[in-house]
Amino acid sequence: MTIQFNDETFRDDYSFHNSAWAIRRFPFPFHEDSYMYSVNMEQHRGGPAGSIFEKRFDVDEHYLSEMRDRAMVLADDPLRCQSLPHMTLAGWDLLELIMVSKSEDYPELFELHRNGNTWRWVNKPMGIDDTFTFLDEATLPYGPLEYITRQAQGDFCVLDQRDDNLWMDAGIVTTQADWSLDFDIGMNFFEWHAPVPLAHEKGVFVRALKFLLNIQQGSPARRLNWTMTVNPLLDTSPENYHKWGIQKTTLTPENIGQKQHLRVELQTFFRLPRSNALVFPIRAYLCSFQDLMTMPKWGRRLHRVIRDLPEELATYKGFIDNRTMMLDYLSKFDDGLPTSDGIWPEFETEPSLNLSEDS
Amino acid sequence: MSGAQKIAVTVTEIVPLNELVTRFKFKPTDGSLLPTFSGGAHTVVEMKDGAITRLNPYSLMSDPMDQTAYTISVRRDDVGRGGSLFLHRNVKVGDQMTISYPVNLFSLDLRAKKHLFLAGGIGITPFIAQIKQLERTNGRWELHYATRSVALGSYVDELTTKHPNEAHIYYDDQEQRIDLKNLLDGQPLGTHVYVCGPKGMIDWVRKTAADEGWPRESIHYEEFLAPKSGKPFEVKLAISNKVIQVGEDESLLEAMEREGVDAPYLCRGGACGQCETDVIDYRGNFIHRDHWLEDADHKSGKKIMPCVSRFEGKTLVLDR
Repeated sequence: MTIQFNDETFRDDYSFHNSAWAIRRFPFPFHEDSYMYSVNMEQHRGGPAGSIFEKRFDVDEHYLSEMRDRAMVLADDPLRCQSLPHMTLAGWDLLELIMVSKSEDYPELFELHRNGNTWRWVNKPMGIDDTFTFLDEATLPYGPLEYITRQAQGDFCVLDQRDDNLWMDAGIVTTQADWSLDFDIGMNFFEWHAPVPLAHEKGVFVRALKFLLNIQQGSPARRLNWTMTVNPLLDTSPENYHKWGIQKTTLTPENIGQKQHLRVELQTFFRLPRSNALVFPIRAYLCSFQDLMTMPKWGRRLHRVIRDLPEELATYKGFIDNRTMMLDYLSKFDDGLPTSDGIWPEFETEPSLNLSEDS
Repeated sequence: MSGAQKIAVTVTEIVPLNELVTRFKFKPTDGSLLPTFSGGAHTVVEMKDGAITRLNPYSLMSDPMDQTAYTISVRRDDVGRGGSLFLHRNVKVGDQMTISYPVNLFSLDLRAKKHLFLAGGIGITPFIAQIKQLERTNGRWELHYATRSVALGSYVDELTTKHPNEAHIYYDDQEQRIDLKNLLDGQPLGTHVYVCGPKGMIDWVRKTAADEGWPRESIHYEEFLAPKSGKPFEVKLAISNKVIQVGEDESLLEAMEREGVDAPYLCRGGACGQCETDVIDYRGNFIHRDHWLEDADHKSGKKIMPCVSRFEGKTLVLDR
């Protein structure tokens, strides 16, 4: 299908919006009516046609606006993109992975023409047509990591693998859920996960690291993660907390359906061939509560998940102060009917909302 | 499914290098391009040897940037269980085979200011790919390669011709030895050491470096073990609810696979840790041969690596 790109903002007037198509394919992260951490990994080898899992790197209606927002963040704060000196080869690996994947998966939007080390890259939506020499940084306007990720939605952490650990040694992070590349750069897997509650006690990180160290070329993996964001902000960084943190206090029972967004990250993991590094793309999808409620199954389930979530997690995910207001809103979309297994909305088969007279 | 992704290839060239070592070249059967890889990576080669399917890891030694073909060099092991003998005797140019995607358990530390390679015998192969990778990026390296004799010195001529200043050769039969202590002493700060060869050589390098005060993280090593033959034994698999027999010439992992049990694996040489299995009960002795488990794990009787380790005794019950 041809994608109609939105002209929208993730700041100031927040004109971000999801089309009916985007709502239907939103990666609702709860496969049952409750949530707890787990090593919820699966192979990243396609998915249902049109779903966000189908392509290696999903491109959707927000592409151009997200890239514009990224450029603004980088202009304000160049440290959002960093690469330690030994990670340049991994940057070329990532450039190659994205260019090959996008040109194969979206041939109407992207083209890659390779003649030895002379490569021509055409990005039609962004109006880019560049010829450069592969592995020669001098032939690109930015380093290979920054060049390609200014043209790819989502954050990218490039992890060096050594000493049976992973090290946050390069990345571009402008659409993050309150963590900082500049703070975490050079840390290992356990160091950068230190602030996460409950998961350490459950041994989640030891098992997750073991899984990640063994991700092999040709066998990428994926999982979903989630949090809550007030207003459709991509850049919820610690660096800018003074700008967005205060917005959490602007929720009212009247505006919560429109302002409160469920933020879901599609996290994927690819072994990079030339450097043996691991790339960890984190693609954020936002959907307002009122748009989510158009799917009866999601309405019922979101209410139950948020209601029963352990307090530590609601605190860590930053919405403990607004949980009561969220539940007041969400409860109106939960009539107590059972929900079907799995994350898909089942909008054709799920019963519509059946509110009793006392609600 | 266990193991890495598979690639269907055709054998396009077989070159005997000397009395013991033969080089094999593989190209994709469908004419597509192979994945690039990083120096130090291996591929697992599948061999249909009669009723037995053997899966042996071999280091890739071609240029990591060359996507048209992979090459491996195989040393014939006359007393082994037959994987290398099968390749030497039964595989012909034009044969179709299955190999795995590259897997790297012996990666370069790209932070290194200098890479010091120590090779023993057929352990030269991963370094050949790493040298090609470093030459392309102007990396600084030095090789010290011990081999039995001039006649058995695989790739010595190629290395010393192309890299006269970096490649240093030592012949055992001429009583030449790597002067390791002095060699380590003369290295610039930020050097990483890589050793690939027989177990004795790896142990010697690790111990000498530790004694000289080198950080553990700066010493990298790889030794693939071929599973060894041994006495047959019986195993009960608790999850699969099966009692299986492990034959003299097969590994515990291979016996599980023969019985249709999907056991995880990657390197099949005791190095990667993927096949680590919990022991539920045993009466007898383990013959641990892996590099993965710690000594305490070996002594605990609670874990076994079925790719290379065996068991002698009455009862063995595994959590698989």
